[in-house]
This record gives sequence, structure tokens and C-alpha cells, in this order.
Amino acid sequence: MAAAPAPPAALLKDAGLFALVAFGLSVPIVSYRTDLGASGLELTPRWGLVASLCAAVFLLRIAQRLVLDRRAARAARTPAPHQASEAASAEPKAGRSLSQLGLSRLGLPLFVGFALTLPLVAALATGGLSPARYWIDLGILILTYVMLGWGLNIVVGLAGLLDLGYVAFYAVGAYSYALLSTVFGLSFWICLPLAGLFAGLWGVMLGFPVLRLRGDYLAIVTLAFGEIIRLVLINWGEVTGGSAGITSIPRATFFGVPFKAGPDGFSALVGLAFDPMHRIVFLYYLILALALITSLVTLRLRRLPIGRAWEALREDEIACRALGIDTTKTKLTAFALGAMFGGFAGSFFAVRQGFVSPESFNFLESAIILAIVVLGGMGSQFGVAVAAVAMVGGPELLRNLGFLKSVFGEGFDPNEFRLLLFGLAMVAMMIWRPRGLISDRIPTVALGRRKAIGKDLVREGHG
Amino acid sequence: MDVFVQQLINGLTLGSIYGLIAIGYTMVFGIIGMVNFAHGDVFMVSTFIALILFLLLTAWLGISSVALAFLLVLVATMALTALWGFAVERIAYRPLRGSFRLAPLISAIGVSIFLSNFVQVAQGARNKPTPPMLEGGFTLFASDGYAVTLSYKQILIMAVTSVLLLGFWYLVQKTPFGRAQRACEQDRKMAALLGIDVDRTISLTFVLGAVLAAVAGLLYLLYYGVVSFSDGFVPGVKAFTAAVLGGIGSLPGAVIGGLIIGLIETFWSAYFSIEYKDVAAFSILAIVLIFMPSGLLGRAEVEKV
Repeated sequence: MAAAPAPPAALLKDAGLFALVAFGLSVPIVSYRTDLGASGLELTPRWGLVASLCAAVFLLRIAQRLVLDRRAARAARTPAPHQASEAASAEPKAGRSLSQLGLSRLGLPLFVGFALTLPLVAALATGGLSPARYWIDLGILILTYVMLGWGLNIVVGLAGLLDLGYVAFYAVGAYSYALLSTVFGLSFWICLPLAGLFAGLWGVMLGFPVLRLRGDYLAIVTLAFGEIIRLVLINWGEVTGGSAGITSIPRATFFGVPFKAGPDGFSALVGLAFDPMHRIVFLYYLILALALITSLVTLRLRRLPIGRAWEALREDEIACRALGIDTTKTKLTAFALGAMFGGFAGSFFAVRQGFVSPESFNFLESAIILAIVVLGGMGSQFGVAVAAVAMVGGPELLRNLGFLKSVFGEGFDPNEFRLLLFGLAMVAMMIWRPRGLISDRIPTVALGRRKAIGKDLVREGHG
Repeated sequence: MDVFVQQLINGLTLGSIYGLIAIGYTMVFGIIGMVNFAHGDVFMVSTFIALILFLLLTAWLGISSVALAFLLVLVATMALTALWGFAVERIAYRPLRGSFRLAPLISAIGVSIFLSNFVQVAQGARNKPTPPMLEGGFTLFASDGYAVTLSYKQILIMAVTSVLLLGFWYLVQKTPFGRAQRACEQDRKMAALLGIDVDRTISLTFVLGAVLAAVAGLLYLLYYGVVSFSDGFVPGVKAFTAAVLGGIGSLPGAVIGGLIIGLIETFWSAYFSIEYKDVAAFSILAIVLIFMPSGLLGRAEVEKV
């Protein structure tokens, strides 16, 4: 917080200290690589990498200090009216809130419009449906995470319950469809609601005992439940197929009409030439519809008493109880609804992949969905969508950037660094924007004009 | 009977390792009330540090005495892992003090993902087997062709754990740092008013937790002889279970909890099913948290409005 810029010597010393710590951290994990050779593990020294890492840390720290010093100097020159709160003095509040208000109002319709036209745009841009397959597949993947994010958003963003085992409900949905369709031969359209129902029931079952716990403890118990479900899926081989999973799950049909060539297929029904891409495009719109239903239900529920109770619960549990809100029931509905949407997404996952295995439902998946919700700004629909695009689509984009290979060498695979960056992004987000990308909140109910609430006014978790 | 005694020995060995990790969880929770989710991954990082240092010492410098190599690796691993504990607290947790309730936990999950993937990128995804070290042991008694053995490794693990716990107990109970630590645990604001450097104490708490995790990491490497980048998660959760079972915030509780979890795991594997041993650990975690959240030796949480 020094207003005067630090003398260069102190700056160098400080950055040197950082580089020294970086050196200590990279010895010996980075400096020697272990590889399985003919006679056990062999070591390959990589001191060059350590040197460049330390140099990078050194330079970054100097840059950071310079920027911070300049900002502190500017803040010292112009006395801000709210010196007490750092956030208030750092940014001009009013203008920002207004633009963000517009963003959260217009963002979602823009996103939906873009998502609706994506297959068309991709087909036109690449010159046909089949070349556009890559983009449509990517769209399906991103939309799956958007849906999961919106589902978890009900639990974490609205009700303020940190659920680290969300993937369990995703798994319940996927296995429900996989088992019902392969064992009983039920069609996707019967299984979809059933899968949601089962997942919701599991949400109630798992939720009931744990909901009197709060914060960290609730998070850890949900994590334990998620892991238990995964371990049971692995070990209960007679039913779930063990770690090999369930294969040859029937594909989705167009409300009963299969996507195949021939007189009784989808293409004959609508009078188009048969194209295997029809199924992919159909899946794309299916997940888009499911995601939009999730979003719509959430938006509508927020206006009902139950939705308001969720948000009140997130802000202050003790006040909620004092006002006579049944906290257990409120939490349970949030948990069950979130689980239900997770179940829908799971059954979509199963029908798209045609194959499920416990590997798809590990803790990391829960963490990724949570990261999307957190980065998106807990409670913001548009923020979650943006975060999903950034976190799922971003690495894909990196993979296609050729110049990265020329910088980092031929063996560079950005996908390797995807989760690394994920982790870093979660930490960075908590430090710089703990309220997420879209951090301002518009109150669901208001007397008179609706005003966005700045992030520094939103307090949470004092209950 | 023979099987029982053998499992008892195995369980106590495993439990010692869990207990060492559990202390890191329980101390951090005691002092700043957060679940340091990344602690299991700090432990995993320490197993890799120990592995590489051990390979360096034996293969390149040609130190043939196992005892000397073990001691050197132990000290160096403790120092390097302490640096990790320090850096993690400084970068990912300290700026969040005073932020909203779930921020530190989410940040810790981020650190956990970062650490395991950092090691994966730096060292590769494959399991790393080590050459067998310190083989052999005593046969306590044998009957009907079943010999109950106590291996040198197990003796070493239990001995190192006991010595360290004694030293650690001394540190917390009898030194100025320990006094500051306990004061911060009771009331951070009051401690600060009385002239205790709270930030430094918290930082040192993380460093101490990491040091004990480093010891656990070296012992784990010695005992199992194979490590992988994903090894932080399950032992981390089990150690956390131990901390919760013993009563989170209580140091003796963490050790007792660790021993109980180790025993349950080995007996479960021996008498019921080895496949479901992790299910048992996770179930205990859920059951303890739901039905007796204050654990065996913990204080019940008082809700202040």
C-alpha cells in the first residue's frame, strides 16, 4: 500500500525473492524428470526449464509491482470519496453497474440466439453439414456443461449450498438411461423423465441426512457421497458392468423415428436425403432445449416464494429461520431440483456417447462444473454460460493455435495444461473477483426501480 | 488370531501415515476454520520430491548407506515441502481472509487441481515404482504355516511417527510458537491485540502441516514403493476423515483418528472386501460428519449470532 513507487533496488530484491521461491518449488519436481527405463526409474535433468520458469516469475513480479505501484500512486493523487472500502475506490461504481446491468439483461438472449443459429452458421462457414461436425460436436459438449452449470447453479448459486458431489446425479441419470434402455428396452423419451426422477430421488435421499450441516462440512459429505456412488459403480460389476461400463446404448430417436437410411427413417419422413449428420444436429438442439428448460425453470422459480427463500438462505440462514422459513425443506428442494437437472444431463450424456463408464464421473468432473458456476458468478445465468464456453471451449481453441507450437516446441499439447489452468483460474478468481465474472446482482423483488447491487455490497455466508 | 495380529500391525502402520497427514488438516481447521482441501496434494508432491531425491542420492552421488540416504532425503523433503506449504498459503489463502465463507474452500480445490496436474505435466501420468528399499523383518511367531511378520519398514514408520509426534507435541505445548498457535486458535482477534503476529503464526501452521505431510510422504513411498500424481486425493480424504473422526481441531484426536481409520481399512480389506475399502472410508466420513460432527475428542461447535 505504499504510495511512492519502490526504488529499483527494492523492486529487484523483491522479485529476486519470488524467483528464489520459484526455484525452491521447482527443485526437484521440475528439474529432474523421472522416466521408466530399462533398469527402473531414470532421471533426466531439465535445468534449462527451471531457469526459464524462474526468469518468468522474476519478470512477472516486476511487472506486477510496477502496475500496482502506479495504481497506488494514482489513487493517492485523486482522493476517492469512499476511502474506507478498497473496492469502491478502485473502480467508478455507477457506470460499471449500469453496463453490467445491461450485460446480464441482454447477455442471455444474445447467447441463446447465437446457440440457436450455430449449426446453420457452422454449416455455411465450412460448406456443408459434415465438415461442420467438429463445431457442432464442440457445441454439444459446451452446452452439456452449460446445462450442468445451470443445474448446479440452483444448489450453489441460489441456495448457497456447496455441493462437491454433483457428478453423482449426473451419473445416476446416465446409468438410469443406460440400464433402462439396454435391460428393459425402453426408449429415450420414456427414460429421460425417469432419469430425472431417479436423480431427484437420490438428491432427496442423500440430501436429507446432510442438510443440517453447513459450509465446508456439507461440501465434504457431498464429496464423500459422490465418491461412494462412483466406487459402487466400479465394484458392482453384475449390474453396472464394472469399470468397463455399459456399451451399445441405443441411440436417440426423433420422437420414435430412428435416424437411419431407408423408408421408415427420419430422412424419409421429412423428405430429405439421408445424412448421418441429422442425428448430430438433432442432439445439438436436444441439449440446447434441455439447457434452456433448466434456465427457464430457474428464472421462473426465482420469482416464486421458494426461489426467494433459496436466495434468502444463501444470504443469511439464521435470519431465514427467524423469519419462519423451513430451512430443511428449502434446502432439500434446491438439492432435489439441481439433482434432477443433473439427471437429465446425464441421460443425454449416455444417449450421445452410446457408452457410459464410471471414469466419466470422477471428482474432477464435479470440480469442473463447480468451477464453471463459481467463475460465472454464482447465481448468474449468463455468467455460467460464458464460463462454460471459456472453460470447455477455450482449451479446444488453444489446441488449434499453430503458433503456440512454434513457441513451445512440437510436443506442446495445450490439453495437458487445461486442468492446470483450471486450477489456477479458480484460485485467481477467488482472489480478484470472488463473485465471478458477472458479480452484480439484480434483486428479484424490489420496491420501485430495480437497481443492480454491486459486489461489494453483497455479503454472504454469515449464517 | 495370527491374521488378526498381522492386520493389527499393518493397520497401525497405515494409521500412522494417515495420522501424520491428519494433523495438517486439523491444525489448519483449528486456526482458520477452513478445510485445506489441497493438503492431500501437498502430501503427494512430497512423495515425488522424496522419490527424486532418493534416486539422486543413490544413483548419482552413490550413497550406499540406506540409513544416511533416508535421513538426508527426510530432511530435504521436509524443507522443500515446507516451502510448498508456505507458498500455497501465501498465494491462495492469505488474500482470501475476510472473503466470503466458501471462498477459501473453492480456492483450495483450485490448488488441489493445480498441484496434481502440475505434477502430471512435470513428471508424466504413469505410476513411478521405486527399487525395493529396506527389505526384510522379524517373524514374530508362526503357526500352521502362517507367519506373523513385523517388517523393518513398519518398525521404521511407527518409530519415526512416534518420535515426530513427541517433538511436535513439545513444540505446540512448550514453546512460544505453540503458545501463539493455541492462542490464535482460541481467538484470533484477541491474540492479535496481545501482540501475536497472527499472519506469521498461520503461515507457520501451514508450514508445520506440510512438514508432517512430507514425513508421511516419504514413509508412504517407502511402504508402497510406487507413487502417482493422483495419489493425493484418496489418502487426503482418508486423513481428513481421521481428523474429523478424532474431532477436528484436536491434535491427539487426529492421531487417534488416523490409527482408527488405518485399522478399519486393513480389517475391512482382510475380512470383508478389498474392493469396497475406500467405500468404507468415505462412508465413515459421511456418518461421522452427520451424526457426531464434533468427533471423539473435539469440542462441540457453538453457534454465535
